[in-house]
Amino acid sequence: MIRGINNALRRIPVWAVWLAGAVPFAVLLWDIFTGGLGVDPVQEVEHRLGQTALYFLIGGLAVTPLLRLTGVSLMRFRRAIGVICFAYALPHVLAWVVLDMGLLWGQMARDILKRPYLLFGMGSFLILIALAVTSNNLSLRRMGGQAWRRLHKLVYVAAPLAAMHWLWAIKVNEIAPIFWAAVIALLLASRLVIRRPMSWTRPARA
Amino acid sequence: MKLNWSDVTPHRIFLDRRKFMAAGAAAVALPGLVRAQTINARPSPLSTDQTPNTFEEITNYNNFYEFGTGKEDPARNAGALTTDPWSVEVAGLVDRPGSYGVEDLAPDNALEERIYRLRCVEAWSMVVPWIGVPLASVLAKVGVQPSAKFVEFETLVRPEEMIGQQRAILDWPYREGLRLDEAMHPLTILATGLYDQPMPNQNGAPIRLVVPWKYGFKSIKSIVRINLLEQEPVNTWKQLQASEYGFYANVNPQVDHPRWSQATERVIGAGLFGGRKETLMFNGYGDQVASLYAGMDLSVNY
Repeated sequence: MIRGINNALRRIPVWAVWLAGAVPFAVLLWDIFTGGLGVDPVQEVEHRLGQTALYFLIGGLAVTPLLRLTGVSLMRFRRAIGVICFAYALPHVLAWVVLDMGLLWGQMARDILKRPYLLFGMGSFLILIALAVTSNNLSLRRMGGQAWRRLHKLVYVAAPLAAMHWLWAIKVNEIAPIFWAAVIALLLASRLVIRRPMSWTRPARA
Repeated sequence: MKLNWSDVTPHRIFLDRRKFMAAGAAAVALPGLVRAQTINARPSPLSTDQTPNTFEEITNYNNFYEFGTGKEDPARNAGALTTDPWSVEVAGLVDRPGSYGVEDLAPDNALEERIYRLRCVEAWSMVVPWIGVPLASVLAKVGVQPSAKFVEFETLVRPEEMIGQQRAILDWPYREGLRLDEAMHPLTILATGLYDQPMPNQNGAPIRLVVPWKYGFKSIKSIVRINLLEQEPVNTWKQLQASEYGFYANVNPQVDHPRWSQATERVIGAGLFGGRKETLMFNGYGDQVASLYAGMDLSVNY
């Protein structure tokens, strides 16, 4: 069955993932132009972009555990998933700079240094920039496989920072940010616990 | 001729503007419009001349955790709340304790319109045309004893109708308090309506506090108990996180919330590119209220 799934997945072109990744953005644009963002469009734009970025970040983190646990391989799509994550993180930050903070550079600079949630968010964003910039084949060749892989392991830092960014921004314990922080913790822990493909995944790949 | 806010922005417009919205949202809004009776409240010199936010904005962007933590949750869920019959228990250091109806505390012929700025601790703001009576008039009615120094307020607890209370996100009932001189201040009102209508449930029906120079969380909603005390009462947010929320909670651009700045605010209704405006000390009511805090260190008593 696993082989069947993987064969089916092989027939899905990577551009289909790019297309799917653009759907939340298209919905957002639709809502902006039809007034579907509610009373506070600034916060809605900002939050939706940030949450979508986090979901793709988690999606990218789930690829390896999924492969090791079940043998289902989404490895071909992982780079696209990561770049799509950045494609939402960038406008999320821009929405904060332009729409939310209204380009008040002084207050932004002070806030980033003083507010943990912004420090966490910016830390995560800086890592995502480095990963996105080096996500092409040329960078991979120039850096060499080992250095490139070492750099891209920073995603293990970026993801918990992004989760903490959300947790530190809310006033009371809300379900969604706690749930996604737990998912990230589980995915990272699974890498430590399950270091190689499980035995039951082997026959399907033989 | 007396113009009401409904003359400026007829309700038909609200209906048209929300055509695109989910039927559920309309279902919540419609009962309010159907029973709408126009309240003729006296205008007040204490009102700001700033343009109020629309009825739609004021009733669809609420922090009322009894109905959920999302801003749209109260509009969606507060329809379930029964506000009639309603009684407010007045207790503690008063001459005439007992159970009072909303009409007793805020009789129709005493209602005033107070257009106030509202500044949330989350750094956004609105302008709301409240209808209500000075809290001082209510306190005079029940007779405050000389030993009373503080007023404590409590919101209804009714988890079967207030679905946010089914989880212990806050220590229900929601409680707030004021120093007696703050409570007696002419700006402080008990509100029973907004625009020229009875208070929508999501805004704290049938009777709520409004203290315009303090962060919004001080203005407790759906009040069922008023208690006069000698000691400073506990307020819910301070109880949850005393390092972030104080008893006074005066709007103060110089004293930041530990996790975000209070120097500026986003004006709800300003659109995608509305940016921010500077937050004013005491939310712009400093001339009237600064003297209440003479000699106090407001960075300690935040």
